Amino acid sequence: MSGHAGEPFAELPVAPKPPLRRFHQARWDEPIIFEQSRPGRRGVAVPAAGVPAVELPASVRRAEPPKLPEMSQLHVLRHYVRLSQENLGVDQAIAVGQGTCTMKYSPKVNDRFVTDPRIAELHPLQPEDTVQGVLEIYWRLERMLAEISGMYRVSLQPASGSAAIYANVAMIRAYHASRGDAEQRDQVITTMFSHPSNAACAKVAGYEVITLLPDENGYPDIEALRAAAGPRTAALMITNPEDTGIFNPRIEEFVRIVHEAGGLACYDQANANGLLGITRAADAGFDLCHFNLHKTFSTPHACGGPAAGASCVSEALAPFLPSPTVEFDGESYRLDDDRPQSVGKMRPFLGVTPNVVRAYAWIMALGAEGLREVAETAVLNNNYLMRKVLDIPGTGTHWDRNRLEQVRYSWQGLFEETGVHSEEIGVRAADFGVHYWTSHHPFLVPEPFTLEPTESYSKEDLDEYAAILAHVADEARRDPDLVRGAPYNQTIHKIDPATLDDPKQWSPTWRAYTRKHLA
Amino acid sequence: MTHPYIPNAEPGVRAEMLAAIGAASVEDLYADIPEGLRLRRPLDLPEPMASEHELVAHMRSLLARNTDTTETLAFLGHGCYPHHVPAVCDEVNGRSEFLTAYAGEPYEDHGRFQAIFEYVSMMAELLEMDVVNVPTYDGHQAAGTAIRMAARYTGRSRVLVSGAVSAEKMSKLRDFLSHDIELVVAPVGPDGEIGEVEIDETYAAIYLETPNVYGVVETRGRELADLAHGAGALLVVSADPISLGVLAPPASYGADIACGDIQSLGMHQNYGGGQAGYIATRDEERLVAEFPSRLFGIAPTSVPGEYGFGDVFYDRTSFALREEGKEWVGTAAALWGITAGVYLALMGPEGMRELGETVLARTRYAMDRLAEAGATVLHPGSVHFREFAIEVPSADALLAALREHGILGGVRLDDRTLLVCVTERHSKDDIDRLAAAVREGLA
Repeated sequence: MSGHAGEPFAELPVAPKPPLRRFHQARWDEPIIFEQSRPGRRGVAVPAAGVPAVELPASVRRAEPPKLPEMSQLHVLRHYVRLSQENLGVDQAIAVGQGTCTMKYSPKVNDRFVTDPRIAELHPLQPEDTVQGVLEIYWRLERMLAEISGMYRVSLQPASGSAAIYANVAMIRAYHASRGDAEQRDQVITTMFSHPSNAACAKVAGYEVITLLPDENGYPDIEALRAAAGPRTAALMITNPEDTGIFNPRIEEFVRIVHEAGGLACYDQANANGLLGITRAADAGFDLCHFNLHKTFSTPHACGGPAAGASCVSEALAPFLPSPTVEFDGESYRLDDDRPQSVGKMRPFLGVTPNVVRAYAWIMALGAEGLREVAETAVLNNNYLMRKVLDIPGTGTHWDRNRLEQVRYSWQGLFEETGVHSEEIGVRAADFGVHYWTSHHPFLVPEPFTLEPTESYSKEDLDEYAAILAHVADEARRDPDLVRGAPYNQTIHKIDPATLDDPKQWSPTWRAYTRKHLA
Repeated sequence: MTHPYIPNAEPGVRAEMLAAIGAASVEDLYADIPEGLRLRRPLDLPEPMASEHELVAHMRSLLARNTDTTETLAFLGHGCYPHHVPAVCDEVNGRSEFLTAYAGEPYEDHGRFQAIFEYVSMMAELLEMDVVNVPTYDGHQAAGTAIRMAARYTGRSRVLVSGAVSAEKMSKLRDFLSHDIELVVAPVGPDGEIGEVEIDETYAAIYLETPNVYGVVETRGRELADLAHGAGALLVVSADPISLGVLAPPASYGADIACGDIQSLGMHQNYGGGQAGYIATRDEERLVAEFPSRLFGIAPTSVPGEYGFGDVFYDRTSFALREEGKEWVGTAAALWGITAGVYLALMGPEGMRELGETVLARTRYAMDRLAEAGATVLHPGSVHFREFAIEVPSADALLAALREHGILGGVRLDDRTLLVCVTERHSKDDIDRLAAAVREGLA
């Protein structure tokens, strides 16, 4: 094709780009996979037995084949590639809108290490002398996280941040039980701006949960802590900075109050990204802490896992760590399962190995100076973005305090003026190719949104994100229904969620949907 | 050099941003951290790798000290299984739009909602149950949560747990449940199945596993369902979904909750990092109310012919209700769920049946050959899927002898017992080679 028939309709030079990106999410209008099935097709071939078949007794034999889709290989692949295109990863988008979750760049080179068969094809119960490399990675990462937290030992077994919180609660319970205190110490104290899993995990472990609300300055109420701490206190489980981004300067005093009451202090370090090399859990007196490797230490979020957690403890808590631990005698690495006071297994095997490998490689690409640069840049980025966001009329922060690596903002001003909710702002913002999240419940900060611009984003990225919010806020003022009608540039149009809470109509699987709605 | 991962570490842009903030230095931004808490020395960490090339070289030197299961002949299972992973599974879970996305919102991450909805929907067909969760961490967690769901549903706090469960899973269940749920361990019968059991109206559930830790397929599911239901309890069954192309799904013999690990469905062994858990029930509001996990459902959009998705019955989760929610929910294993969906779509009903038949046949073939080779095969009259136990004079001595032949012969259960795992990846020749080495090792 080289013809240029007709009159020219445009000219060079190409005009400059408009201020906002003319984004449109992929829209393949893709049917549900079951709708693409045709009997007899297959996506992959399976080895034939090659040895005599086994006749199953009727009691265990499947009566009818499962109604799985029947598709050829290209069509399975194409379907999922299309769905992947209808998704926004950090690799495509400016992912500063998921505060508390520390969305950062996951270096591609680290993915190569985990698809290598010498990680991917390792069985977790191989003899120790055949897995010295992976055990060394576990051991070295443990030592590095011990240094970063100041703690004595670290378990990399928990499958996620919440699982690490649960492992920490389990160790707290075992510690008090070892002292004959378990019955008496039946309360865990947390704060409203600590992640909900602190409260939820403590409850599952059998504790009564006391939640401290913020005082008029936005700090967790220390007087409420004094009133709550006592002979029934098992532990304080607290995030700092909290999900507001406010660092509690009296954190040592919080720890001391709990220690004086005989309880333990457990630090949720999900929000550690601004603190690497700046301050350490052990230095504030904490007995336990945890990190999320998929937040601070760069492993990808993977649409919601696999993740990985690290539970870090002081020497006094070390006997209770999950089993096995990785030990090194100066020559070789081995697993120690003979730990009588251990809380036992938190998950199968040693941990989420691919993410342990990625986190190790990430730290090895940065070192001490690099980690400090990560922290400082995360804080710089956040303060820069805060400046830009607070310049947008209708935004606010609820408490006039310094913020570290994230901010919980409020659109209360804009809502009062326009009636547009934060969630609606977020849906409209997505029309410009970004992700946006409100906050965990309850919405103590009204009309909340939470931004965490980690070290991965450039100044230009932050400017673009702030410009999108400013534009949407402006739209809300000029034409609130335009914002409420969003999305316009997405894979799909506005969802009516009413049926999702109606047991007669909800359709949590295609099977339920066809039974209820297509029968 | 500005670090390649940190664009704003570049001094010029840093100065520009500080000026915009009105701060003299980044140090000013840390004013709220008391001096006493500040680390005034560099972290004591290894020297970093100065370039990507050096990082690769360093990691290669570590990986070189691993010998993986493609380089040896390994018969290792016991909760993590060496099934073939179709290339399309790796292709899809390596797509960076999935790999690097957060848990997502219904619009910009529509693809992820649909992919997970399809995963749970394919699991639902395999399980013949209408409700399946967005994956939890692993099969151990799924079992613990399934038992807690049964306890909440019945308002009872005692559970009969099959004794044919791995020691590791039992350790997890004890930690997760024991403080408020009494675990009564059922005996194992001489055939390797759950032994004779009784329950009364204080029990919330019977927990059964099939195939169980010995690879034995439980054949008395219907009887146990009747026993449980007669006492007003539930039957909870942990089943590996890869067996369900040939084995009856738990719901077909009366199970109320099914659970298990999906690592077999397209995840590499990953040194134990490929685990993810499923939980499934019938579509009964009171049971659905007990799930801690997210559940995704279809919702209509303003455009005819368009599927939207959202959270079903969100106001039961800890995201919505903190400690008043059901257990907790958070980042778990979504991408492994998407991958398992890809696996099931590739296999289809015929693939799942053929795979099951191959595994059943080769397991039986391996049992016969090892018996001929002089090992005592345990529970020889029972139906086995993928695993079986053998008794030998010394498990350690036999494993050492097999290693001389480049064979990792099985997982040591105790001084005299080995658990041998056979999948579709083990050819007849591989099994014959194992049998010959066992014969020599026992001679």
